[in-house]
Amino acid sequence: MSTELIASRQNDVIEEFALFDEWMDKYEHLIELGKDVPAIDAGRKTDDHLIKGCQSRVWLAADEGEGGTVHFSADSDAIITKGLVGLMVRVLSGADAKAIAEADLHFLDAIGLHQHLSPTRSNGLASMVQQMRLYAAALAARRA
Amino acid sequence: MAMTTLPERVRKDFPILDREVHGKPLVYLDNAASAQKPLAVIEGQREYLANYHANIHRGAHHLAQLATEAYEGGRSKIAAHINASGTEEIIFTAGSTDAINLVAQAWGRANLTSGDTVLVTRMEHHANIVPWQMVCAEKGAQVVPVNVLEDGTLDLDDYRRALEQHQPKLVGFVHASNTLGTINPVSELTALAKKAGAVTLIDGSQAVPHLAIDVQAIGCDFYVGTGHKAYGPTGIGFLFGRREILEAMPPWRGGGEMIKRVSFDGTTYNGLPHKFEAGTPHISGGIALGIAIDWINGVGVEAITAHETALVQHAHAALGTLPGLRIIGTATEKVGVVSLVVDGLHPYDLGTLLDGQGFAVRTGHHCTEPLMDHLGLESGTLRMSFAAYTTREEIDRAVIALERAINMLR
Repeated sequence: MSTELIASRQNDVIEEFALFDEWMDKYEHLIELGKDVPAIDAGRKTDDHLIKGCQSRVWLAADEGEGGTVHFSADSDAIITKGLVGLMVRVLSGADAKAIAEADLHFLDAIGLHQHLSPTRSNGLASMVQQMRLYAAALAARRA
Repeated sequence: MAMTTLPERVRKDFPILDREVHGKPLVYLDNAASAQKPLAVIEGQREYLANYHANIHRGAHHLAQLATEAYEGGRSKIAAHINASGTEEIIFTAGSTDAINLVAQAWGRANLTSGDTVLVTRMEHHANIVPWQMVCAEKGAQVVPVNVLEDGTLDLDDYRRALEQHQPKLVGFVHASNTLGTINPVSELTALAKKAGAVTLIDGSQAVPHLAIDVQAIGCDFYVGTGHKAYGPTGIGFLFGRREILEAMPPWRGGGEMIKRVSFDGTTYNGLPHKFEAGTPHISGGIALGIAIDWINGVGVEAITAHETALVQHAHAALGTLPGLRIIGTATEKVGVVSLVVDGLHPYDLGTLLDGQGFAVRTGHHCTEPLMDHLGLESGTLRMSFAAYTTREEIDRAVIALERAINMLR
């Protein structure tokens, strides 16, 4: 079920961004998302949860939910990164651990923001996705 | 009658400036990271690869001779450009970083001992900090930084104090700061270091593309530079060393080219500059760096300096109109580098939104983390950096684009 959940959430994001043709409009939306995104609990915005990008910093917290699901919350000191981090949480959070570990994340590509996952951006997003998958994979392995 | 501006004369030499990014005309303001290449450099490299490639120095055949002449010609051009007293004082390296590592490993390991000090400044690029930390850790020596003042100039009182207190074996400093743009008073710094008995190394990475350089007038022992920031290729740079100091230095890397005779009973080393150039070098790079220097001299280094000085003044004035914007590095003497922060906004966000509008800038700590820590700039800065082809109009458009980015983020 969770694989479909992740796929349908990705499609929602793709549809939402399809409204914007212009690069800058897309970013305007991303910035709005970044301002709205529920940030990580202040108490968890600690070095333990910090993923250091070269340019922007990302904090990620992961919790085990019911039935082998994983709940994420995340934050960043840069608004655009925060918007991207929020999208990633929206797509993956609450899904089944195994589905997260194996998820085919194509939505950033589809909405033309894939460059933010490139190592040259050094914004912490790629490392965050890796952390999410690692956490999920470890949980899935424990439950297997 | 209007005079033609420098960019009007030179932009045609840079095909890349005609391209678009994200559907917008490219405005390239990341020259301190790497400058674009004029056609002469692109063609010169192609010409070598297409017509006279061969390994250099050892072949008896015609192509080897042509390639050797062109490569050694590159060395002569560097020597003349910085007024070294001879070509044997110019060692080809992979870049400035490689050149500093060469000095740290060859000179440093032979000369530093327990308790010694290497003095650098807080505005150094990591390339002039980490190689010293590595050799000092091995030798039980220490790396001590000289303070930088609020306006981005070096604290000369602290410099004098540190020379007196630590009696450093070597003093290293940037000719011009890649983050602040500050041009250091290199002759004065060198004279003071010499008086204190220290060997001097100047990191000229940001000076070679912008300023006239005379290593004999400066009086330094070492001076390093890199090709790709000076309109040349990546992977090639140089170390200038005074002949006596280079002669006294043991080689660092061993291999072909750097030897006089090899036997299992004992190997003797080649003379300068080849003693420090083990292995087959970056031949096309050396040739093309020579062409890049010819290009700079054809345009006129004084004209480039004057143009970039005017651009910096223009940028400072234009950016000053944006509310909440603060320029980091306001020294009177600057190369074409303008670093800035905007209250409450992250440089990464601003840089991303400038990219979306076709502007290439750099954001972050610019490989000067100790400087960013010192200035309390945790997220770094946004940096615009200029070259001979940068126009006033591009800066005006960058200011408008930046204002748009600020409004989007507020």
